Amino acid sequence: MIPALEIKKLYKSFRTGFFLRKRLVLRNLSLQIQQGEVFGFLGPNGAGKTTTIRIINGLSFPDQGEVFIFGKEHTNVGVKARVGFLPEEPYFYHYLTGWEFLDFYSQLFGYSRRYRHKRIGFLLELVGLQDHADLQLRKYSRGMLQRIGLAQTLINDPQLVILDEPMSSLDPIGRRMVRDIIIDLGNRGKTVFFSSHILSDVEMICHRVAIIIGGRIISVGKIGELVKEKIEFHEIVLAGIPPDKLDSEFEVISQETDRTLIKVEGEEGIRRALSFIKIHKGRVISVNPQKRSLEDIFIDEIRKEGERN
Amino acid sequence: MKVYSIALNTFREAIRDRILYLLLLFALLMIVSSRIVSLLTVGEETKIIIDIGLSAISLFGVLIAVLIGIGSVSKEIEKRTIYNILSKPIHRYQFLLGKYGGLLLTILIMNLVMSLGLLLTLYFESGRFELYLLLAVGLFFCELFIITAFAIFFSTFTTPILSSIFTLAMYVMGHLSWNLLALKERIASFWGKGLCLLLYYLLPNLENFNIKNEVVHQLTVGWKPILLALGYGVSYSVVILLLAALIFQRKDFI
Repeated sequence: MIPALEIKKLYKSFRTGFFLRKRLVLRNLSLQIQQGEVFGFLGPNGAGKTTTIRIINGLSFPDQGEVFIFGKEHTNVGVKARVGFLPEEPYFYHYLTGWEFLDFYSQLFGYSRRYRHKRIGFLLELVGLQDHADLQLRKYSRGMLQRIGLAQTLINDPQLVILDEPMSSLDPIGRRMVRDIIIDLGNRGKTVFFSSHILSDVEMICHRVAIIIGGRIISVGKIGELVKEKIEFHEIVLAGIPPDKLDSEFEVISQETDRTLIKVEGEEGIRRALSFIKIHKGRVISVNPQKRSLEDIFIDEIRKEGERN
Repeated sequence: MKVYSIALNTFREAIRDRILYLLLLFALLMIVSSRIVSLLTVGEETKIIIDIGLSAISLFGVLIAVLIGIGSVSKEIEKRTIYNILSKPIHRYQFLLGKYGGLLLTILIMNLVMSLGLLLTLYFESGRFELYLLLAVGLFFCELFIITAFAIFFSTFTTPILSSIFTLAMYVMGHLSWNLLALKERIASFWGKGLCLLLYYLLPNLENFNIKNEVVHQLTVGWKPILLALGYGVSYSVVILLLAALIFQRKDFI
């Protein structure tokens, strides 16, 4: 099967500063995303995620390298009709109403009036903005803008959806909505490529992820493999046991009214803590694995990179 | 269809912009108040009103073209709305063409409103609709083909403020460029003559579109200069737009 998106040996540099010094932002970046995959593109700020996405969309031109979408040159206008794109921050025409905004974009695909109206109604409902269709975008909140942005991304029922930081400015409800939409797209066999710097955004929904740091792909694979064995310790919240009893046995992190938070390491630690609680007739409120966050991985990688140089 | 949608959206943006109404208000104020100035003369009231009115239409036409024109492309780049639209299945030149069309439509309608203001002011003065002055307004509109093309051209590679300064500079130079021909006659050096001629042909000659004096003094204007001016306006704008499209095609949005 032809890959939905194929990036081959991309190099990109910018000239910055007064002396226009060349700064390499993408180094030999190659990726292949299969059709039907939900693919997370992870990296800290300034790693080159947005630059890569702009090159894919034909907004920026690489120094070297090629991009193919469904096997065709990415600048091909016909191919663009099969792609949906949500830019990093939602900058939209503030003088248009939500409805006019979606209608404008759908006109660029040359749809008939009847189809447009049907599609716009459906999308507004999908992102929960049906009651704000006649409001000008200048009156939308950031979260609403992100949502209407997502609606315009899906206007052409794209086979490849490219989202740049789709959850960055959303509240928990908005995040969940975006997550559900991405999952639904994946279930319907669409290919989704999205960037993020937050691990929890991607870990539940991506088939594969790539980690990009300093313009290089550090690793590509299933999220579990990349972030495996990163559980460092567990935090257990318990009640009904006075902290002075616990103090001698465990590391107590904090204590509030009758609840205590302790830190244990490894499976053995959990087992020991749970039996201790059982013996002393305490109650377990929660057991939370404390994973190493993506940020820690980023910092590790950046440190390694520094050592390499 | 795509160009038409972009043009319509540009028009919609312009007419929802307050600055347009502010400019229109000032233009209409200037036209109406020309009646007061005309009281200072004896027997020449209509001439004064036409003179001031046409000047107002010309001046505010240019201001609208520059202020709205620069905004419509530069602002898209600066506010990054362009990222979204260019990722849709359109060519970059279609975007520019749509912008140009939408701007001309806006300017045309503004020109018509201002002309109506002038015609009504004159009607209250002389009791007649002096329709022949629409010819002058029509040529002003032709002039704005070029000014708007320049506004778009400069927007494709520089900041909004610089674009407006450059475009206004083109307007001023365009009205003075005919002097280069007179200058050429007075320069002895071959290279000097050559430079004058080169500049004269490179810069637009906007005086081609000025038949205000003829209209004020009710002189007959032949069809030939009008058609020539029209052809000049169209072909000059096409060249500028082509250059703009060439630059825009390779523009790296980073």
